[in-house]
Parts: sequence; structure tokens; C-alpha cells
Amino acid sequence: MLAAIDWQVLYDRVFHPGHVWVVALERTVYISVAAQILGVFLGLAAALMRMSRFWPFRFLSGLYVWFFRGTPVIVQIFFVYFGTNLLFGFTLIPNQVGWLGGLDGAAFAGILALGINEGAYMREIIRAGIDSIDKGQMEAAKSLGMRSTLAMRRVILPQAARVIVPPLGNEFNNMMKTSSLVSFIGVYELFQDAEVHYSNDFKPVEVFLAVALSYLMLTTVWSFIQSRIERRLAVSDRSDDEISFRERMFGEGTILRGRS
Amino acid sequence: MSAAAPVLGDVIMQATDVEKRFGRLQVLKGVSLDVRQRETVCIIGPSGSGKTTFIRCINHLEKIDGGRIEVNGHLIGYREKSGKLVEDTERSIARQRTQIGMVFQRFNLFPHMTALQNVTEAPVRVLGANKKQAAEEAEVLLTRVGLGDKCGTYPGKLSGGQQQRVAIARALAMKPALMLFDEPTSALDPEVIGEVLAVMEELAHEGMTMIVVTHEMGFAREAADRVVMMDDGQIIEVGPPEHFFEAPEHNRTKQFLSKIL
Repeated sequence: MLAAIDWQVLYDRVFHPGHVWVVALERTVYISVAAQILGVFLGLAAALMRMSRFWPFRFLSGLYVWFFRGTPVIVQIFFVYFGTNLLFGFTLIPNQVGWLGGLDGAAFAGILALGINEGAYMREIIRAGIDSIDKGQMEAAKSLGMRSTLAMRRVILPQAARVIVPPLGNEFNNMMKTSSLVSFIGVYELFQDAEVHYSNDFKPVEVFLAVALSYLMLTTVWSFIQSRIERRLAVSDRSDDEISFRERMFGEGTILRGRS
Repeated sequence: MSAAAPVLGDVIMQATDVEKRFGRLQVLKGVSLDVRQRETVCIIGPSGSGKTTFIRCINHLEKIDGGRIEVNGHLIGYREKSGKLVEDTERSIARQRTQIGMVFQRFNLFPHMTALQNVTEAPVRVLGANKKQAAEEAEVLLTRVGLGDKCGTYPGKLSGGQQQRVAIARALAMKPALMLFDEPTSALDPEVIGEVLAVMEELAHEGMTMIVVTHEMGFAREAADRVVMMDDGQIIEVGPPEHFFEAPEHNRTKQFLSKIL
């Protein structure tokens, strides 16, 4: 069985993948990171809308999650990229996008679609994080004269972040793999790179094994980063001699350090 | 009058016929109470009598279903609109709350901020105070509650008594006209109750206007100008502590005191 593998081809694909592979890898990482960031912001917005007193916000938030969790990502990607053109006769996504360091339209559409889809999942994660914070925190903030937006930003979300980060990391792991779907709209990323090689030399086993290893490498590196972040969060949890994660990330509160 | 009672000023808090329902359960059945400047009022009563709900209504953490509450002459939580009360905007409710400090049973300190940050947060973010100045004032306040050496400490590393003292400093940092204490020692270990009560007694003697829901009869006797007995959603007896503890008039007060003293 294993004799069917052309080891030389596999070896070359894994150890001498070439410049194009590096570009494709960067593209995958770029798309995943951008889409995940978009997803976090959309998820946050949807989570806050879900908690709004204004019912149309709650309704929209529900509709959003219902639709984007209920339909395949690949369909969403197609619709974002081709949808307006086919349905309404205009091109939503230009061939070249000037910002974000210059992207082709397909990659931009891919980021958009993946991000919107991700937001629907992030909404639930962020909501669970916010719900996990004791109600007394909001009451204390309000009793000090804070309005709910300020209380959310300064009191609730920084605490909810601890709860949100671990599942967020898992979402990002997923995102890197799901991003392979944008190859279907012609984005040259890792999976597309594999497909091109496959159609060149018809070595599916070797080529797809190699690309699996590429993704495995990405997710492994990420899991190391993730566990470091989580460990740091756990250590800084309510400790007075450790700098908190938030302070490390945003440099807040340092003026008060060393006063005691 | 209790020993060190300062001269009382104008009425700061005026509650008139306050009613509150949770679903079909009526927890406040027309509560009226005036509290004057520099006065300390202790509210006692069995659990479920509505005392906590009542002081939560005073800073509009609970909506009310009837009556009205005024602090410093301003209607709390509502606006009068063609003879009816409608709930006020979030902005003006928030502004009213800056006048009213609150100390909770379970402290509710912000765990991701140091003691000092807990105290400076609202003055800086709500009142727009200068950061450095707020930090200096916070240090003074924390020193006053005996925690000058804990400025950089996170709440998780403080004892319950220390946390509650930080919470008192946090409320005082807003320079409130009125302080509400919701069973401030009920969640504390017995050995640290004293340090919190001492801070509160000092505050009372300094002339802070305070409404204290408590089970600490010693504190009520020592620091209160008036004691209010609540039962079943109503105030059933009000009086200065000497009279209140020595010769309560109402039967239910007698029963309650005999159980608790």
C-alpha cells in the first residue's frame, strides 16, 4: 500500500516547497487572522445587540446567527463574491482592493464571508463570556454613575475576556482550516497551491498529504501560542505581583504600579 | 440622641409611599422615610421584610411601582410627564447615582483592577477627574480606611474585611451626598466585621449621611441617630436607638429584637 506513495515527491513538497508555497501560506494566515478579527467585532456587536432593550436589535442579531450558522460557509463565500453581480447586476467586490496592503477581490470577499460567518459563532461565545460575569459587577458600576456602555467597556468586557479567550483560540484553529474553502473562488492560498500541484503532476496522495502537514504545522504552532496566552491569563488572574494580561496587551494601569 | 450625633441638616432623602412588586409578590407596601443631612439611619428587620429592596430603590437599582423617592430634591429614576411618572433617561439616572454611594453585601469590587484603580475608576471615567489627582485622593481615602499599604493590591489578594473597606473608599471617592450600605458585614467572617464597622462608625461621626441595612445591633445602637424597623414591606417602628432597644413599642419589634439580641 505505502509503496504507492512517491516518497520523493512527498519529501520535496514538504521540505522544498518553494517560494509559491510560502506566499500561499502567508495568504492563508493573513485571511484567517483578518477574518477572525472581523468575526470578533461582528460577534461583539451582535452580542451587544442581543442584550439591547430595543427589540429590532435583538431580532436582527437572532436573524444573523440563524442564517449564518444555518447555511454552508462555502455557499456564503460564493454569494458574497458573485451574489450581487448575479442577482443585481453590479459588482460588490472589485478585482483589486486598495487597502489592507492590497488584496485581490477574491481574497477580500473570502475574508468578508469567513468573517461574517465567524461572527455568528463568536456572538454565542462572547455572550456566554458576558453572562458569566456576576451581576453585582454591573450594579456596582452603575451605582458609581457609570452608564452601561462605559460599564461594559471598563468593567464587564475586560473580565469576560478571560472566559472568551480559550474558545476564541479554538475558533481560530478552525478558521485556519476553513479558510481553505476560499480556494473555490480562486484565491491562491495553501489549498489552492496543493490543487495546482495536483493538476500538474497527478500525485494526489503526496500533494494532499503535504498540504495536510502544512495545516497541521499551522495549527500546532497556534496551539502553542494559545496555551501560552491562556497560561498567562491564568497566572495574572487577580494576582498583585503579576502584570495583568490586559495591562500587558494595552499598557494600561502602569502609572499606578509600584505605589504601594 | 446617640453620643456623638452631629446637628442634623436639611432632608437629603425623602421616600414617599414607595411600592414595589416582584411579579405578584408585593415587597414594599408604601414605605415613607425622611433622612436628613448628617443623619445615620439603620434599617433592621427580618429577612424578606423588604429592607434591601428599599435601599436599592433609592439609587434606582430597582424600579418602583408606586410612590416617589427624592434625593437632594431631585426625583430619582423618574420624570414627571403630564402628572405621571415615566422612567428617566439612562444619562440622568447615571448622573443622579453619582450623588449616592453604595456599598454592597458582597463588595462587588472590580477584580481586574487594583484597590487604587477601583477607587479612581469612577472619578476619572465618570466625573472626568485628573488621573494623577484622583490617584492621590484615592490614596488618602484608602489610608483613611486603613489600607494605605494596599493600593497596588488586587481584590483577590485582600480579605473580605479589606475588600469591603476598599468598596467604602470607592464609593466615597465620588464625594456622595448620601451613602447606602446594604448589609455590609453579612458576608464577612466574624473576626473582620469589627474593622468594617469601625470605618462606618467613624464616617457616621464625621457627619456622612448614611442609610444602613444591617443585622449588627451593636452598630445600630452605637452609630445610628434613628433605627427603622421593617417587616412585611412596611416600616413598623422608627425611633432613636436608646428608645428603640430599651422600650420598643411594637410587638413585632419586640419579638424580632428578642430573637436577635
